[in-house]
Amino acid sequence: MSGREVLTGRHFMNGDDACAEGAIAAGCRFFGGYPITPSTEVAERFSRRMPEIGGVYMQMEDELGSIAAVLGASAAGARAMTATSGPGLSLMMENLGLGVMLELPCVIIDIQRGSPSTGLPTMAGQSDLMQARWGSHGDYAIVAYAPSSPQEIFDLTIHAFNVADRYRVPVLILSDEVIGHMVERVVIPESQAIPRWERKRPPYPPEHYGQEGFKAFEPDASDLVPPIAHAGDGYRVHFTGLTHDPRGYPDMSAETHHELVTRLMEKIRRNAEDLILLETEYLDDADVVVISFGCTARSARRAVRDARAEGIRAGLLRLISIWPFPEQRIRDLAHEVKTFVVAEMNLGQIRLEVERCVGHPVRGVHHAGGAMIHPEPILEALRASAAQTAGRQK
Amino acid sequence: MTEAIVVETHPLDRIMRSDRMPHIFCPGCGIGIAMRCYGQAILESGIPQDRHVVVSGIGCTGRVAGYVHLDSYHTTHGRAIPFATGIKLANPDLMVTVFSGDGDLAAIGGNHLIHAARRNIDLKVICVNNFNYGMTGGQCGPTTPTGARATTSPYGNPEQPFNLPYLLAASGANYVSRWTTLHVRQIKDEILKIFAKPGFCFIEVLSSCPVGFGKSNHIPDGLEEMRLYRERSVLARDIPLDRLNIDLREDKPIYVGNFVNRDIPAYAPPQLAGSAEA
Ligand SMILES: Cc1ncc(C[n+]2csc(CCOP(=O)(O)OP(=O)(O)O)c2C)c(N)n1
Ligand code: SF4
Ligand SMILES: [Mg+2]
Repeated sequence: MSGREVLTGRHFMNGDDACAEGAIAAGCRFFGGYPITPSTEVAERFSRRMPEIGGVYMQMEDELGSIAAVLGASAAGARAMTATSGPGLSLMMENLGLGVMLELPCVIIDIQRGSPSTGLPTMAGQSDLMQARWGSHGDYAIVAYAPSSPQEIFDLTIHAFNVADRYRVPVLILSDEVIGHMVERVVIPESQAIPRWERKRPPYPPEHYGQEGFKAFEPDASDLVPPIAHAGDGYRVHFTGLTHDPRGYPDMSAETHHELVTRLMEKIRRNAEDLILLETEYLDDADVVVISFGCTARSARRAVRDARAEGIRAGLLRLISIWPFPEQRIRDLAHEVKTFVVAEMNLGQIRLEVERCVGHPVRGVHHAGGAMIHPEPILEALRASAAQTAGRQK
Repeated sequence: MTEAIVVETHPLDRIMRSDRMPHIFCPGCGIGIAMRCYGQAILESGIPQDRHVVVSGIGCTGRVAGYVHLDSYHTTHGRAIPFATGIKLANPDLMVTVFSGDGDLAAIGGNHLIHAARRNIDLKVICVNNFNYGMTGGQCGPTTPTGARATTSPYGNPEQPFNLPYLLAASGANYVSRWTTLHVRQIKDEILKIFAKPGFCFIEVLSSCPVGFGKSNHIPDGLEEMRLYRERSVLARDIPLDRLNIDLREDKPIYVGNFVNRDIPAYAPPQLAGSAEA
């Protein structure tokens, strides 16, 4: 240890820098990326920091290469990540699917900007949510978190590595330009206080598995996650993006395919309770609940407090994790609260999910991106909802 | 009819995943020859088998990763080189070979190819060039000779193909060679050589694809293609790199040999003194 791995102390730092520091504190030793606003500061920080701590900063030729290199580094045992924004995330989609199929842990931070296409390169967006969930072809599941402050980017980046390793799955951090460029206090703890979940490794040395070899894709029944063997470990594993059997060998049968894809989805669904992170405020007696995340949740919090001051029984449900979606929690909540308001900087991606869970349309406060949603329109929506429910009660 | 001779063991059993045989390659396909040369070179390399890693993209050649008994990665179309880059930089003790097709490496993966050569990253690349996209049924690609027919160039390929050694030399590779599947000894020797040579090393292996490229270009079987290689292969001596392009239309020579052998320092990530690893 050179003592530069964990910069313990209080810092005044932007979200992009906090991401790089969180990753380094988590033991990330490979960064592969391609510069793109507003995520570039992540790459720049890594390029300065990796040489200090024996890590690798690799500037790839494009995002296709970035994600492929990250997966390769992960296959060799490194904690590895990349950082990008919308256009780069689009280019990463095919290999996001490869990461899912090969069950290679990795972390991708997407500092969202106004989209689609080149959109608003320097201004915030929150509209890559569905792409993160469904953008690669086929059925699959990933995990995604949405921080609301630089401190939370730091903390969630560490958590993302732990989750990626624990569940052998790509984890996305769906941040946004506001949080990425916002400078706030970031407290970095002592290195012993950084939580670390290790990858599950093969229980026995390679010789143990004899002629038949180690079954690199045979999951443990308890959590559906197979232990991982790294390049150079001696297990002589085969990893293929083709449909494969427990040995890792291609198997072009409909049965194997169904079993594999189902397990990859089920691995996340079954462990959803461990993956979902939520923050709530005033939910106990709330009539109307705002659901929000990322930078917009900061305005939502203010709107909820202002509504309370006006006598409206408002509450906040902040999604710290976006995927897997907290379906059950929202369904349960729908029994207790009268209405929901979804506030997000897109034209209704999470509202659609909420409506799916509660079974009827809900009020949305939306903006396509470029400027943060202010507390006022959210407060307006709360007032309207409160008036509506009051009217219904009469 | 001569009777088939069934042998119980093969000298390369240790290197191959015999439990995956039979392989998918067509009769007369040259990929197996190149794969065998690679296996033989691994055996003779003196590098422990568990330190060899192979990465492939997608295509018939890309299937090689599934047949060698190494830590092996069959990735996505075009992305073998960056995937291998990640492995190599995460664990520099590994001997990482990229084994893939001409389409995979020079078309969809072309950008990665030239940038990896430019960085001179310590990867060994074996590129089986069968002048077409074999896996998808014989379409033209970036190495299809001008005028040659393919399922998507029914009137003859109107484009100019890559001269791969010229491209790789210009991009910065340390070692660049071309052989054909007729030259099994040379291929194996050259692979051994690049295992010992730091930096980006590239061997192009011209190969038959009778069911794809062959059938549309009067090279109906593997043997015929071997004959062509025997008649037209010329060991290049002092031939300028820009003249190494392959033109099958006339009775032009197919230049083979080693064209680049230099010692530009291989890519090493910057490390500050006093850092964890330094
Ligand atoms: C992104 C993507 N595009 C297209 C394909 C279809 N495809 C599979 S293999 C291949 C061509 C392979 O050609 P080459 O690399 O020359 O290998 P060969 O089969 O000739 O050995 C193509 C186009 C694919 N798998 N993925
Ligand atoms: S299609 Fe061509 S390259 Fe593919 S296995 Fe058959 S002969 Fe070989
Ligand atoms: Mg080919």
